[in-house]
Amino acid sequence: MADNINNGRRRLLTTVTTSVGLVGAGALAVPLVASMKPSARARAAGAPVEVDITDLAPGQMKVVEWRGKPVWILRRDETMLLELASIVGDLSDPDSAVVEQQPVYARNAHRSIRPDVLVVLGVCTHLGCAPSKNFDKGVASGLGDDWVGGFFCPCHGSKFDLSGRVYKNVPAPTNLEVPPHTYVSDNRIVIGIDQEETAA
Amino acid sequence: MSLLNWIDDRFPLTKVWQEHMAQYYAPKNFNIWYYFGSLALVMLVLQIVTGIVLTMHYKPDADLAFASVEYIMRDVPAGWFIRYLHGVGSSMFFLMVYLHMFRAMLYGSHRNPRELIWLLGMVIYVALMAEAFFGYLLPWGNMSYWGAQVIVSLFGAIPWIGEPLAEWIRGDFVISDATLNRFFAFHVILLPLLLALLVYLHIVALHKVGSNNPDGIEIKKNKDKDGIPVDGIPFHPYYTVKDTFGVAVFMTVFLGIVFFVPELGGWFLEKDNFAPADILQTPPEIVPLWYLTPYYSILRAVTFEWLPGGAKLWGVIAMGAAIVMFFFLPWLDRAKVRSIRYRGWMYKTMLMLFAVNFVMLGYLGTVNPGHVNLIWFKNVTWAQIGLVIYFAFFFLMPIYTKLDRNKPEPDRVR
Repeated sequence: MADNINNGRRRLLTTVTTSVGLVGAGALAVPLVASMKPSARARAAGAPVEVDITDLAPGQMKVVEWRGKPVWILRRDETMLLELASIVGDLSDPDSAVVEQQPVYARNAHRSIRPDVLVVLGVCTHLGCAPSKNFDKGVASGLGDDWVGGFFCPCHGSKFDLSGRVYKNVPAPTNLEVPPHTYVSDNRIVIGIDQEETAA
Repeated sequence: MSLLNWIDDRFPLTKVWQEHMAQYYAPKNFNIWYYFGSLALVMLVLQIVTGIVLTMHYKPDADLAFASVEYIMRDVPAGWFIRYLHGVGSSMFFLMVYLHMFRAMLYGSHRNPRELIWLLGMVIYVALMAEAFFGYLLPWGNMSYWGAQVIVSLFGAIPWIGEPLAEWIRGDFVISDATLNRFFAFHVILLPLLLALLVYLHIVALHKVGSNNPDGIEIKKNKDKDGIPVDGIPFHPYYTVKDTFGVAVFMTVFLGIVFFVPELGGWFLEKDNFAPADILQTPPEIVPLWYLTPYYSILRAVTFEWLPGGAKLWGVIAMGAAIVMFFFLPWLDRAKVRSIRYRGWMYKTMLMLFAVNFVMLGYLGTVNPGHVNLIWFKNVTWAQIGLVIYFAFFFLMPIYTKLDRNKPEPDRVR
């Protein structure tokens, strides 16, 4: 019988069997890997959130939750808006050049739809900590006498201005992210839905 | 002995016992540094045993986890003791592993022909870091939450695939119930299985080539007429008894911590973790536990924005590289001798500098980078100096180990 061994055929069968086995194992990995992606429930929890800002006085901020992340809604007063231009030299991206960090309709000097109302994610672009607000000016803020008010991340010391723009020489690489949002009436914002093209 | 014969005909019980215990000849000159391997093994077993009991009472659910840990601490009989054994145990496990690794660097235990033991050991070390990281989320305290948030965000720094990868790891857009549930699965099933397998392979590889010793010379070169190394003694009973003594001393220290200072002033259990996870409130200072802080320091030390791709990406790369460097140690070391006893001043100096530097980086990882806690410079500046020393130790090793004036090794162990 030994003379009749067809080695080529054996090699072929071994290769085919092994390949089919590997393809099977690979196919099994697909659902296992996919099962770890955000579930339908987690994705549904990312539904838009509607916020009423009628009671938000100038200089005040409120925090709402969207997709499990804090969203800051800050209504800036006149002086706050004026100072946005004065500190441009200290910022690393004053003109919102990094396009992923805001929708097109928020790519302007005040990074918002309504000039006074800022909507940003309160998530530090460095490593995802929650920065805290520090609206005191100068020495009282504890952040140096040239501080005009803004946000400070306690984890690694990143600083952002009142438009969520990042300062130079801090660990955070980019400005705070402006989430998609839109106004359904003068004082009602929906976070999670983009402003329509025409309205921008 | 008929039962033993019956088993031996069906399973190599006596054979394994002889080969790995009663007739496994280890060098007779092991010193105090040789306790830490067996102590690390004791810690692995203890973590598994206490972990099983904790699993009986713990709930991996974002709404219930924090309260279930408090339930263990207050209502479960001896629950506080078992939880502190597990929590303090993780720190002691790392302490034993660090001392065990330093032993290898002192006596050249990673050198040819023991490279594979070292590599397997390094994989164990990395798996252990993952195990500790996953476990740290489970109490669902505020430091658990934000620590996980920061570490998972590190994956987001990888170009292109970063964000989808971080999302896949979390199973959500933020650290959430889904994340807690899967970290629990990793912590109690995946990594313990992996660790048990790796430790088994580590010991198999060790028993193939035999132990190194403080003189760094091969005892197998000098054998008597029966083929037994003249400088070897059977592992059992000599080293089983010695290691048992080591365990007794270790347990005194370990239980002293568990009973009297289980938090060790925030070093073993951080105070921010006594508050439940709050997605809107970051703790004032996010720091991992001490055994990961040297690498955290390196991550934070990279603040150079002019680097292509940005400081964040390079910080992550530097941190990864800091761990990967250890894997290359057996090949970076070019000295003809293994043990520190016969090395020249250069390796001795560099190793001591490295050890002090590693401790310094560890400390700096626990304090605010912008403050001054040491002398002269801000903490971040010291961390940058530490980063340079850290990598210089590895990158310059082929040079200084080659230039070093080593002493001749003896023929027999001292």
